[in-house]
Amino acid sequence: MASNILEIQNLHKRFGAVEVLKGIDCAMKQGDVVCVIGSSGSGKTTMLRCINMLEDFSEGTIRIDDQDIGYEIRNGVRRRKSEKEIARQRALTGMAFQQFNLFPHMTATENIMLGLVKVKNMHRDQAHAIAEKWLDRVGLLERRDYYPGQLSGGQQQRVAIARAIAMSPKLMLFDEVTSALDPELVNEVLLVIKDLAREGMTMLLVTHEMRFAFEVSSRVIFMNQGRIGEEGDPREMFLNPKTERLAEFLKSSTFN
Amino acid sequence: MDFTLTQILHQLWIARIPIVQGLGVTMAAAALAIVAGSVLGVGVGLALTYGTRTLRWLTRAYTDFIRGTPVLVLVLASYYILGAAGVQLSPFQAGVLALAVFCSSHVGEIVRGALQAIPIGQIEAAKAIGLTFPQTFRYVLLPLAIRQVLPTWVNTAAEMVKASTLLSIIGVGDLLLASQEVISRTFMSLPFYFFAGFLYFTVNFAIEHFGRYVERKTQIPS
Repeated sequence: MASNILEIQNLHKRFGAVEVLKGIDCAMKQGDVVCVIGSSGSGKTTMLRCINMLEDFSEGTIRIDDQDIGYEIRNGVRRRKSEKEIARQRALTGMAFQQFNLFPHMTATENIMLGLVKVKNMHRDQAHAIAEKWLDRVGLLERRDYYPGQLSGGQQQRVAIARAIAMSPKLMLFDEVTSALDPELVNEVLLVIKDLAREGMTMLLVTHEMRFAFEVSSRVIFMNQGRIGEEGDPREMFLNPKTERLAEFLKSSTFN
Repeated sequence: MDFTLTQILHQLWIARIPIVQGLGVTMAAAALAIVAGSVLGVGVGLALTYGTRTLRWLTRAYTDFIRGTPVLVLVLASYYILGAAGVQLSPFQAGVLALAVFCSSHVGEIVRGALQAIPIGQIEAAKAIGLTFPQTFRYVLLPLAIRQVLPTWVNTAAEMVKASTLLSIIGVGDLLLASQEVISRTFMSLPFYFFAGFLYFTVNFAIEHFGRYVERKTQIPS
């Protein structure tokens, strides 16, 4: 049996007195596509952000590719790893954000090349070739020299996904990547993600697109008040929710 | 006293070398102060924005104190107080130090404002691809901040050129002092003050145009 790419154990996150994550356990294998659904404030995004240490977490462990992320136990004391080490570990995952967050002063190609050249120490020519390959994959090769401000929201998000994936992460994290898009631009982004899923990319997605979650995921996690409320096969969960809370949530969600 | 244009031009010709030298000193003092002050100011801005609580407090005290002090007082303090404390600087060095310190407090505030205006998502995206903070600063924050600070920075640079006139007080042979020396010899106060003013204007006009040129060149297409 293949070992886990991601392993989360007893993950807790507190913001002051408020506990946002109350003990999450979760594992993913190579090629898994897991969608995290749930209402606002249930902790979906926070969990995703803990995985690449955009948020520190209070308790528990996150392991990616057999490496403890963010913290280590030394002489029985839990310590945050050095910023340099955390930066290195962040490159194990790729992340696409709700607001795209492309660097506005760089062209599409330069956005993708930055990490390859500066983090992976790749030669510029090689990085350029990889950037073009991925821009082609997301259907934007002819826009390679455009700046983010010259691209539509959907195009920006596709470049942002290409930028993350070009780094060959072990795991891709998608944080509500279609929430900021006009409805007619959602599909072009979802198609790119579906395409990646077909190719066996390991992905963890926070999404409000229920039909997409239903179609693309190998497993769905329903989060409720900082805990995993229900988890399983998408068909099972969407058609026969076991908990009342999930049934309620699905009833209030649009399924299109 | 009335002077003919020929007399004025004649005296101007005689005084050309000290005036050009004075202009050179003014430009050198202002340029050094702007460069040193800007480099220091970027550090101050970084500390104000991303520093630890203590560092933020220290730099905040520094900028508030310096910005609240007249440049003339800084120039005099830099020359006389440092001298009394055993740090012997030439008038030029002391003047440039005072201007650079003054410049750094202003640039620090401008840089802080620009850095704080950059959306947090930019830093998160840089982190997410594995960049360290120094790399994030170098490749993401700095290029964005520079574009934001440019107009205000040009303003500060022009202020430094004007403030450099205060160095004449401690005996730096700048454009103003050179002009005053010519005036005391020729009594042509109006024409020479006017000419000095014209030269200051020309320098600042050039700085402003250079700033606008850089602004145009670095504009992000959208």
